[in-house]
Amino acid sequence: MAKRTLIALVEDRPGVLNRMASLCRRRGFNIESIAVGHTETPHLSRMTIVVEGTSAMVEQLRKQLDKLVVTVKVSDITADDIISRELALIKVKTTPASRSEVMQIVDIFRAGIVDVASDSVTIEVTGDENKVDSLLSLLYGFGIREVTRTGRVAMTRGGSGLLSAEKGSPTRGDRRQKAS
Amino acid sequence: MKMTGAQMILDGFVKEGVEVIFGILGGAILPLYDTLPQFPQLRHVLTRHEQGAAHAADGYARTSEKVGVCMATSGPGATNLVTGIANAFLDSVPMVAITGQVARPFIGKDAFQEIDITGITLPITKHNYLVLDTASLPRIIKEAFHLAKTGRPGPVLIDVPKDVFAEQVEYHYPKQLDLPSYKPTLKGHPAQIKKAAKLINESEKPVIIAGRGIVISNAYAQLKELAETSQIPVITTLLGISTFPESHILSYGMLGMHGMAHANFAVSDSDLVIAIGMRFDDRVTGTVNTFAPRARIIHIDIDPAEIGKNVRVDVPIVGDVKNVLSALNKQLTSAQHLAWIEQLDNWRRTHPSLDIRDSESILPQYVVDKVYQATQGNATIVTGVGQHQMWAAQHYQYEQPNSLVSSGGLGTMGFGLPAAIGVQVARPGSTVWCLDGDGSFQMTIQELATIAQEKLPLKVAILNNGYLGMVRQWQELFHERRYVATPLAGPDFVKVAEAYGIPGTKATHRDEVAPAIQQAMNEPGPFVIDFQVEPEENVYPMVPPGGSLAELLEAPKKEGVKS
Repeated sequence: MAKRTLIALVEDRPGVLNRMASLCRRRGFNIESIAVGHTETPHLSRMTIVVEGTSAMVEQLRKQLDKLVVTVKVSDITADDIISRELALIKVKTTPASRSEVMQIVDIFRAGIVDVASDSVTIEVTGDENKVDSLLSLLYGFGIREVTRTGRVAMTRGGSGLLSAEKGSPTRGDRRQKAS
Repeated sequence: MKMTGAQMILDGFVKEGVEVIFGILGGAILPLYDTLPQFPQLRHVLTRHEQGAAHAADGYARTSEKVGVCMATSGPGATNLVTGIANAFLDSVPMVAITGQVARPFIGKDAFQEIDITGITLPITKHNYLVLDTASLPRIIKEAFHLAKTGRPGPVLIDVPKDVFAEQVEYHYPKQLDLPSYKPTLKGHPAQIKKAAKLINESEKPVIIAGRGIVISNAYAQLKELAETSQIPVITTLLGISTFPESHILSYGMLGMHGMAHANFAVSDSDLVIAIGMRFDDRVTGTVNTFAPRARIIHIDIDPAEIGKNVRVDVPIVGDVKNVLSALNKQLTSAQHLAWIEQLDNWRRTHPSLDIRDSESILPQYVVDKVYQATQGNATIVTGVGQHQMWAAQHYQYEQPNSLVSSGGLGTMGFGLPAAIGVQVARPGSTVWCLDGDGSFQMTIQELATIAQEKLPLKVAILNNGYLGMVRQWQELFHERRYVATPLAGPDFVKVAEAYGIPGTKATHRDEVAPAIQQAMNEPGPFVIDFQVEPEENVYPMVPPGGSLAELLEAPKKEGVKS
């Protein structure tokens, strides 16, 4: 079973997240990550939900989520050409001797240091999960004090938006052409 | 014009065509009840338990083409509705439930009789609301009725804090709905319909599986046209019973766990299944791996999430059943399937599922058959859940559209009596029989008081075998006859009925069955019959749980068969 990425446009009202999460739970899905925020349209929020399952299982979940009155549209974009990003804050233990080595690793990953204390630095990194995971594995040796990750946010490349894509939507091939 | 929250709710009811409300009041909902006399066009039926109110609203909705409305107070009143709401949810019944809630300043403080009913009913409602802004009530009422009855119908709950009932605000009932994200697909996709028509026209061994979607969509005529044009045998789910007249030459009864042998064989051997307004419940399919192994499957349903949920589908058509069938019927060429239909008739002869053996004691199947004969198939039958429900489904021959009301998806024991109240209220001039089991009946027996108070002329037949019979049957067949917790000592039901002011009689011998039914029919008001039936009678045929439709248990051959 692979991880799959769903994008949901939902009404921005109290209780909506609860409805979505409760549905995932009762249909037997474990939410790997969920990220919610405002969109270009007032009163609409956008969720990026990562779950594990076969495409048929996740398609069933997608349809059930789409059925909720509060959802405008739910798409499985796993097979699409997508940009996906995650942000992590990582607090690493440092000594005067190790600090410069940590800073070098941060540079290589094009991450940034957002806070420095006498015995630690806090790193901000943005990228796909692989990049965050790789950076974390390199930093383990120094001693990690604290990590927080946002979970995945994702968007398809090129083409139109999730809502307007319904009418006269370009095929996947078209979108690639535009991107290249 | 200014109105209180309570007035706005009841005025909204009137505007939405509500005529009857089933419910019980209490502290938090008292202001709403206090306002009821200002709306004399709304009839209130007081049940004896909130579960009864929800089931009555359910039965009413199924037989009135209206939205069923029930009301309860906060806390225990609201939680008592839960079983009834869940039942309506699983059988796609349009319902609006209003619950009282503690006043807004007390919400979240564990106040007296406070419970998070919107949280509790989240998974068993189509949608629900907690009203925090009194001015939003008219919009919510309008949305609730629209959501309940359109698309795939279902229950909608509105939780209203006590102070919202009392607050006065400017009142405008909205003319337009504002539900941009809710747009059920009503018309089937033309390309899919064309594909389906091609499959139907080319098939040699087609079957129709008709479900409750046909009742909801009122598509009886379209179903009949489809079956007759292409000469396709019609098999139904439990809730699809009475979508097609059972005396029709193409009617082959119910399929599934306790379906007719010939119906199950037909589905298993068919080359095309046309599934209409049904959802491939496990009680219908048996184990899905062996369901209709040689068939292509056309699935017509209004709910896209039902497509491909349980079985693979070759041609899905999402849309309202009536629309889809109307479009589909135009593309059919008339056909004959003489060899196929002869095959079904052969199975029906060689594997009879409806024979009733000769017996001095009362067989439950015999009682159902006698009720059928006395009512000539024209009554509305309401059942509880269990063995009696299956016998009522099998042995009554349903002629009138939408004449069986039963709890399918949730399998709610205790559904029968309160649901029958709703049915009798919806169909005041009609004959309504509640066929119940002694176990089911005792779960909501208190509603006899409602029947007496409302003077409803419904007839109750209890198939009393002294067991929780369906579970006892499973214990007999699959648990080496260990009858744990299934023997059931009941009261004298005739005396109980009499205590409620309802006449009744007991039948202990076969010869007493028909006269008892006649006595009930002659009685202008309600009547209860306690049929003391054969205690260890089993429901056959039976597809064992986890088994295939084609491998079913049939009734053991016993002495002398009497049909």
